[in-house]
Amino acid sequence: MSTSLSDKQIQHLYWRTGFGISSSELKSVRRLSKQQIVDRLFYESKLETPLALDFGSLLKNQKDLSREERKELRKLRNQKMLELNVLWIKQLTETKQVLREKMTLFFHDHFAVRLKTPRASLHLNNVIRKNALGNFGDMLMEVSKSPAMLLFLNNRQNRKNSPNENFAREVMELFTLGRDNGYTEKDIKEAARAFTGWNFNKSGSFVFRKNQHDYESKTVLGKSGNFTGEDVIKILLDQKQTARYITEKIYRYFVNEKINPKHIEELATTFYESNYSLETLMRRIFMSNWFYESQNVGIKIKSPIELIVGLSKPFQVVYKDPKVLLYLQRKLNQTLFLPPNVAGWPGGRSWIDNSTLMLRMKLASVTLNNGVIEWHNETDEEATMMMRQQFYKKMKSQIEKKVKATPNWERFLTSLEQRDKKELVNFIIQPKPSNGASTIIKKLDSSDTKNFIIELMSLPEYQLC
Amino acid sequence: MDRRDFLKQSVFASGMALVPSFLKGMEFLTPDQLSGYKNVIIIQLSGGNDGLNSIIPISNDIYHSLRPTISKKATQTLKITNDLAFNDNLRAIKDLYDQGEVSIINNVGYPNPNRSHFRSTDIWQTASDTNQYLSTGWVGRYLDASCQHPYQAIEVDNSLSLAMKGNQMNGIAVSDPNQLYRTTREPFFNKLVDNTHKDMLDEDNQGYLYKTMLETYSSASYIYETSKIYKTNTEYPQSPFAKNLKTIADFIVSGLKTRVFYSSLGGFDSHVNQVNSQDRLLGIYSEAVGALVKDLKKNNRFKDTLILTFSEFGRRVKQNGSRGTDHGAANNVLAISGSLKKAGVYNELPNLSNLDTNGDIKYSVDFRSIYATIIGDWLKVDDENILNRNFKKLTFI
Repeated sequence: MSTSLSDKQIQHLYWRTGFGISSSELKSVRRLSKQQIVDRLFYESKLETPLALDFGSLLKNQKDLSREERKELRKLRNQKMLELNVLWIKQLTETKQVLREKMTLFFHDHFAVRLKTPRASLHLNNVIRKNALGNFGDMLMEVSKSPAMLLFLNNRQNRKNSPNENFAREVMELFTLGRDNGYTEKDIKEAARAFTGWNFNKSGSFVFRKNQHDYESKTVLGKSGNFTGEDVIKILLDQKQTARYITEKIYRYFVNEKINPKHIEELATTFYESNYSLETLMRRIFMSNWFYESQNVGIKIKSPIELIVGLSKPFQVVYKDPKVLLYLQRKLNQTLFLPPNVAGWPGGRSWIDNSTLMLRMKLASVTLNNGVIEWHNETDEEATMMMRQQFYKKMKSQIEKKVKATPNWERFLTSLEQRDKKELVNFIIQPKPSNGASTIIKKLDSSDTKNFIIELMSLPEYQLC
Repeated sequence: MDRRDFLKQSVFASGMALVPSFLKGMEFLTPDQLSGYKNVIIIQLSGGNDGLNSIIPISNDIYHSLRPTISKKATQTLKITNDLAFNDNLRAIKDLYDQGEVSIINNVGYPNPNRSHFRSTDIWQTASDTNQYLSTGWVGRYLDASCQHPYQAIEVDNSLSLAMKGNQMNGIAVSDPNQLYRTTREPFFNKLVDNTHKDMLDEDNQGYLYKTMLETYSSASYIYETSKIYKTNTEYPQSPFAKNLKTIADFIVSGLKTRVFYSSLGGFDSHVNQVNSQDRLLGIYSEAVGALVKDLKKNNRFKDTLILTFSEFGRRVKQNGSRGTDHGAANNVLAISGSLKKAGVYNELPNLSNLDTNGDIKYSVDFRSIYATIIGDWLKVDDENILNRNFKKLTFI
């Protein structure tokens, strides 16, 4: 068993646990053993940085407001949702607690909540972040009791005499057991009764409204008793299927969409026996040999957030107009805090269609070079060269006005360890380039490092990590 | 120069040489093939259009009493029957109705309605049950089942709706054929396409990216080149929505082998002061559809076209406290075509004295029955396979 990792394998680890690795960081971890690198990742994510936003007049009681003020409040709420989005993107791009943020991103998708209430959304996000490398059971319990979840899946409308099954259904179908995995419609109905009375107060704290709770006996997954919501969540965690389902989802996200049943069974057992310790599960994955095998490297389609953050991070891109960041997320079909529905983003190939792919392939040039991929064709006539130059010039000024992104090329270029063509390809592109891409790369002039890097980032291969 | 010569010239003079040979096969329909080539245009009125103020149960007392300030008076409507009338902003639709080219299908919805815009839109677009999450759309699955090219389903917009995404194939989003063409013609991407070979299109994700790139590239050429064949001289209104329908007309008359077109008009979420905003939007919708139909008729293509208009849900029957309406459930759907089998009011009007517990109209026609009818009886493909279930077909087409 080899204890040291190749550059490509280190890059793999850093892409999957974060958003890639910088040249200088690669240099400093290269001398470490696999164990040391993995330890370092967890060590760096020991602490957490909750998102914080000043909500100002959003805290006012709606009822005390006039109609005009309420309208203003709605506007402010939308504004705060935008700020919240940009705030998290900034944290994802700048944080040292990379693994924790990546886990938060994973569970942001798992516990997908789509609301226009910035306070509840921020609170849920921080709950997830706090538990991201802790205990899944604790996270599930706290998420279930968060105002965001109570609002989104209508548990606060779930009352003794008029049960609302929304949460009870999704907690089984999407959050623990997985669809059609050992529960029935009857289990959902009974579980919904156990969750009656769950609510939150004005300050956003969970409250149990006794007179809305159904105290009669319920039967859930074969167990009977005067269950509360907490009891049902414990029953769900008792099922090994829950460990298996979460493990599978994590595996698809961090390792490979095609699962290896043997790996899953081992991991699920570890996870279950550790009483749902996420750190134990993730360490086991990153310490395995198979995680670094070539069939798992460079095969995952980057999510839009992985793409945007992965591209902005090494260049410390400053977006003067934060709406541009939002626009990109929307056009690429992943806007933070606005998953399409409770099932989250479908991910994988569904990120890709003709319009998203073209934008993805243009993204590097747009954010890092005002839209220009300079392509020098040896056979071009001088006249067309001239026309092209003029065309670029026009496009440059247009995109500059629209996108207003400022990359720090100087810092990036000076941080590069070397500028050898082959090494640069290896550093920028995770998969093995296709034959076609290799042919093109051969023809590219790598002495203009900046252009060369833009060109590499405009290849379909850059969409993979 | 006649059309045939034009076709030849424009195809060979273009940059088609750049498309790898195995992807060629630029097929467009010659004039004699065009006739009988059925297509469908799906229009989504996004935000939840208030069907009750669009096609109005004018003699219904409950309608007037539950909507004291927003109900329409008879003088503000265009009479259909003694009991039913069009909103008077739907004049062009009324004209088509009078010619037997509109079918009004009432009470369309699905069991356990969801009142979230996003969720209900997903349900309509994926044709799922209310508690089922699908990642493919019904048009996408139609592409998978019976089409060879992504451009056989085109969304005239900048981004692709879930409805258009299949497992094997996605439709194409294009708002401006020239722009799509230009973007794909970046010299760098040209070079990339030039160097793409069949053996690179593996089943893995990398192969999938290259495949999508090539498909985009060749679809862009196909759409750009083929749609040059015909540019309408029919006059359309100035709205962006009308412009989209005009693009669709150009595509249809040019002979694009597209079966399904998708487009949407937004802004129907009328919680506050509904009447003005909804009337304005209905006017935009009606005038644009009127121009489109006129255009298609002039080119003898209306008999092969079906235009379906839906919204993700209807609105609550009772108006709310701010002269608007909240999210509701079942709604009416319009089918417009030159080949309707049953024009007019297709089924019973909404029963306003038997609403659900939210005070919303109950559904009697599952929207997937309409899809089944379109897929099975209009596009002549096995609908059960695409909708994953056998839905009873209707007889409007």
